[in-house]
Amino acid sequence: MRVPRGEIFGFLGPNGAGKSTSIKMLLGLVNPSAGEAFVLGAPAGEVEIRRKIGFLPEEFRFYQWLTAEELIEFHGRLCGMDASTLRKRVPCLLEVVGLTPHRGKRLQGFSKGMLQRAGLAQALIHEPEVIFLDEPTSGLDPMGRRLVRDVIRAQRDRGATVFLNSHLLSEIEVTCDQVVFIREGEIMVTRDLRNWHEEKVRVRIRARKLMPAIIAGLSRWAACDQNQTDAETVMLTGAPRDSLPEILSYLVQSGSEPFEFTPQRTSLEDLFMEIVGEDRGL
Amino acid sequence: MKTLWVIASITFREAARKKILWTALILGIGFLMVFGAGLYYQLGDLRAGNMPPFLRYQVLSATLMIGLYTVDLLAVVMAIFTSADTISGEIASGTIHAIATKPIARWQVLIGKWIGFVSMLAIFVALLFGGTLAVGYWVAKVALQNPIRGGLLVYLECLVVLTATFLMGTWFSTLTNGVIVLGLHGLAFLGGWLEQMSGFAQGSGLVTLGVASSLIMPTEAIWRRAAFLMQPPLAGALQFSPFANISVPSATMVVYAGFYLIALLAVAIYHFQRRDL
Repeated sequence: MRVPRGEIFGFLGPNGAGKSTSIKMLLGLVNPSAGEAFVLGAPAGEVEIRRKIGFLPEEFRFYQWLTAEELIEFHGRLCGMDASTLRKRVPCLLEVVGLTPHRGKRLQGFSKGMLQRAGLAQALIHEPEVIFLDEPTSGLDPMGRRLVRDVIRAQRDRGATVFLNSHLLSEIEVTCDQVVFIREGEIMVTRDLRNWHEEKVRVRIRARKLMPAIIAGLSRWAACDQNQTDAETVMLTGAPRDSLPEILSYLVQSGSEPFEFTPQRTSLEDLFMEIVGEDRGL
Repeated sequence: MKTLWVIASITFREAARKKILWTALILGIGFLMVFGAGLYYQLGDLRAGNMPPFLRYQVLSATLMIGLYTVDLLAVVMAIFTSADTISGEIASGTIHAIATKPIARWQVLIGKWIGFVSMLAIFVALLFGGTLAVGYWVAKVALQNPIRGGLLVYLECLVVLTATFLMGTWFSTLTNGVIVLGLHGLAFLGGWLEQMSGFAQGSGLVTLGVASSLIMPTEAIWRRAAFLMQPPLAGALQFSPFANISVPSATMVVYAGFYLIALLAVAIYHFQRRDL
């Protein structure tokens, strides 16, 4: 598996698939039982290369007796940053993660979401080239999620690589450039979300005067399901993308009055279920 | 060096923020006040009983030795309790994850924390040990021999206990860690006293048992060496004194304790460096 530089890379899989363990191996927290990994060309876990790596752990536990400002400053000092740089950088980061009003408060009074924001700030303090985020939005409200999404994109835009491990597939879908699915430590599928075009799509059609004969005619393109409770709605499954204009003109010419014709992209969640299969109680 | 200082200072700050430092110091002052009052009353009783000044000095110096022994025990327990959670707790909670992934070697994390505790213990021992000696001199005009050597030995004992706690912390949970190190000190304590008892039962295996326990954990032996160096020669010669010179650990035992400490630290670093976090 290779993660290209400057991308937002999603790392997906069911519980127990080995996502967090993989990140820990890449960071040198856990020793691999076999094989090898490289980060920015250096063997995983090498101390010097960590100067260019940021990490938000899944269990964002920090010294509770520090204030948000002190926490970020402490992590900056661990990265070898001097006091004058930190004086400029810490307030900026607090602003970015929306913690400026709480900068002087101790972490022990922080909610899960606020801790996660503080954790994100400590991961970014030294402007790393690679950022590992393990479930960065799990404790956040919708506003917080948007904020994290914006921060992640801003990091990519400045040239950083973001390695994102998340269960929130909708988040991954709107944020990541590329995703990989793993199960039981094995890579199942790699997918480039920027150029993800499906040959066959599902189409939701809503139309008045949708006669049975018309519906029967649709089956020449794809399998057709009529909604049991709503006679005006049908779903076409597996329609060739190229034939969509043809299907629409067929509907109009055959006398129905379509007011909705929506090709539906297979969501990452559908893909996830397809790849990972049924929940086997992991 | 800078990294070690960052870690050491955060360890110091943690103790201050959690009020461990202040609580320990306030309790220490309380201890000194109680000890001073005790010594004052004892002096009054001895004067009232018309005990010759020469003998009175011996009795008061024995009380001072008991005071120092209490300081020694207090410092050992303090070393274990305050440091038991520092490695194991951070591993268990995951706090270590954000720290160990920064551009610092794991040994720097361990040694930085160790330096933090070494400094705090230095303050604690200096204040309490020095305070007890000062109270002894101020209240009863009793001055022991070799106070600095004695104090340094007590400090060495605390460092051995501290380092053992650090080592166990890289393996076990906080509670187990504390139980193991306190248990080891208990073993050394018992061994030391059994060895002392050998004065009453010549030729028994008590000496061997005492030496063996001191080799496993040399803490109590260091104290007995300190007691031997500090107390007046006459009190040491009296067989009924709790710190009588019946079986005095040699200077070699102190050297052994020094190597023991270095070995503990080396194993702690080795294990912490390699283990999964």
